[in-house]
Amino acid sequence: MNQNQLRTQNQNRDRSVATAPAGASVRFAGVVKDFTGHRALAGFDLTLHAGEFVALLGPSGSGKTTALRVLAGLESTDAGSILIDGADVSTLPTSRRDLGMVFQSYSLFPHLSAGENVEFGLRMRKVRGEERRARAAAALALVGLDAHYDRFAHQLSGGQQQRVALARALVTEPRVLLLDEPLSALDAQVRVVLREEIRRIQTELGITTLFVTHDQDEALAVADRVAVMRAGSIEQVGAPEELYTRPASSFIADFVGLSNRLVGVVRHGFARVHGASLPLLDPSQADGAVSVSVRPEDLEFGAAGAPGVVLSSSFHGSLRRTRVRLDDGASLVVQHGARLHPSAGDRVLVRFTGAPVSVDPLPSPA
Amino acid sequence: MKAVAHTPTRLARGLILGSIGLLFAIPIVAMVEFTLRRGLAGGHDLSRWTALFQGGFAGPYRSVLVALGNSVGLAVGTVSIVLLLLVPTLLLVHLRFPRLRRVMEFVCILPISIPAIVLVVGLAPVYSVLARLLGSGVWTLAFAYGITVLPFAYRAIQTNLDGVDVCTLSEAARTLGAGWVSVLVRVLIPNLRRGILAGAFISVAVVLGEFTIASLLNRITLQTALVVVSKADPYTAVILSLLALTFAFLLLLVIGRLGTVRAGSRRRPTTGGQL
Repeated sequence: MNQNQLRTQNQNRDRSVATAPAGASVRFAGVVKDFTGHRALAGFDLTLHAGEFVALLGPSGSGKTTALRVLAGLESTDAGSILIDGADVSTLPTSRRDLGMVFQSYSLFPHLSAGENVEFGLRMRKVRGEERRARAAAALALVGLDAHYDRFAHQLSGGQQQRVALARALVTEPRVLLLDEPLSALDAQVRVVLREEIRRIQTELGITTLFVTHDQDEALAVADRVAVMRAGSIEQVGAPEELYTRPASSFIADFVGLSNRLVGVVRHGFARVHGASLPLLDPSQADGAVSVSVRPEDLEFGAAGAPGVVLSSSFHGSLRRTRVRLDDGASLVVQHGARLHPSAGDRVLVRFTGAPVSVDPLPSPA
Repeated sequence: MKAVAHTPTRLARGLILGSIGLLFAIPIVAMVEFTLRRGLAGGHDLSRWTALFQGGFAGPYRSVLVALGNSVGLAVGTVSIVLLLLVPTLLLVHLRFPRLRRVMEFVCILPISIPAIVLVVGLAPVYSVLARLLGSGVWTLAFAYGITVLPFAYRAIQTNLDGVDVCTLSEAARTLGAGWVSVLVRVLIPNLRRGILAGAFISVAVVLGEFTIASLLNRITLQTALVVVSKADPYTAVILSLLALTFAFLLLLVIGRLGTVRAGSRRRPTTGGQL
């Protein structure tokens, strides 16, 4: 069975739940959500285009899971609206929103087999026996587990359980797929395989997907766009490359990828730091003292540059990251090829490659 | 310090099980032996057993059968209260009002610290009102028993509840299109069956063994009827007690059997591992 069969079978789905073809658009408009003494979402705005895979990235407590739960209807909103294909679903109960969701913790029903778990959503839609079983088998085949139809949750590994959960979420062909850190409980190797599989299935089915994660590698690797959250609202939304190469703030620069924070000054559209003059990502930046974010790969060892001493060096496969303390006391990380193997205590010269940098104004002394 | 797993030897297991078995067996064997005595004539026979069964529980023993019916009815009523009131309330507190959990625990455990005699003193005026409204049928005792079994039933169900991630399971079911009734019937209750059955069994055991409240509120149950019979014929009273024990034992077997159906599916999932 494949996804085409899954879709064909799903065309006969029950109409008691409001449905639309896979790939609905989603819009959060000024959503506010307060918990006791804490504002989890502060005017949250985000649009997901039909069929798009958007990752919601942010540190713990930034409100990303709350945003997803609000969309699912598992939390109510205090203000603002949520629209799916232009229709406001803010007041619809979860069971009527026609969404599929995979949870962070293992959420398979322990008293049901994998097949019966996948059948559950179809049973709720009153799909009859034979068709229900055929569609569940097709969904399990989609995630490569058709041979595990009769196994119970405790007979499956963590990765297999999340695959079944994915099949269960997809079998009803929901309008939007919600993934709440579905890989965080898995081994590193399994995570990489499964995230690629999720992306493959999402692309094949063309289903709009919102993927919550705190793992930047995961977000950058699979998403069409990444929305970085901070304190309940979106800090920046963009393609993974855009976020990495053109961070809108030092928070993004720090959170998405590694970044060195150095003190410098802006003069006439350039950041001057440690004797180098670097172009700005935002040339409209006013002159003055700034904090400069420099990627480790935008630094190199050379015959000239700022002098310093190697503190440590770590191996990362094809590359190394070496921590250096400059003579003026600043500490930074340089990324370079693995063939170069500096040792702690080595004297080095660090130079800037000249890549554009993002800056944040420093508060002027009182 | 290195942890050492201590597995009891076969001999130790045999000694422990044998000691506990004897603890239970000695009084029961003594009861059986007592019912077989031929009085002052000495020796043993089955005459008292055959007289009771051949007589078809006629005469004064008829009331014991009626009392047994009352007790079984009370057990059903008490279990119904536990299932219809306690289980939904516990789920509601667990899912929607977790802050009330401590209060709930306190309220449910409280009856165990109140002696039955004190409970009756408090219940007597309540029952006088109840008698005016609903009559004084023996079934009204189920309300009092619903309170006395609360600590035991609560602990059994709560332990099961703590072992199941009911929040995630109910949320998963809701995202799949299940309403609250479906969530309860199709997801939560099947996963709480062991705790619910344990709670039900403990409730039945408490009700079948309860004497003080029934006696002081002048209701006829198995225990009060046995006391009446024992005053006239202690041998038959012990025979009836043995039959009541057998009945409770069979009930335990039936409920235990129900609880183990597909019990394997309730083990916790493994983590990690291969895809």
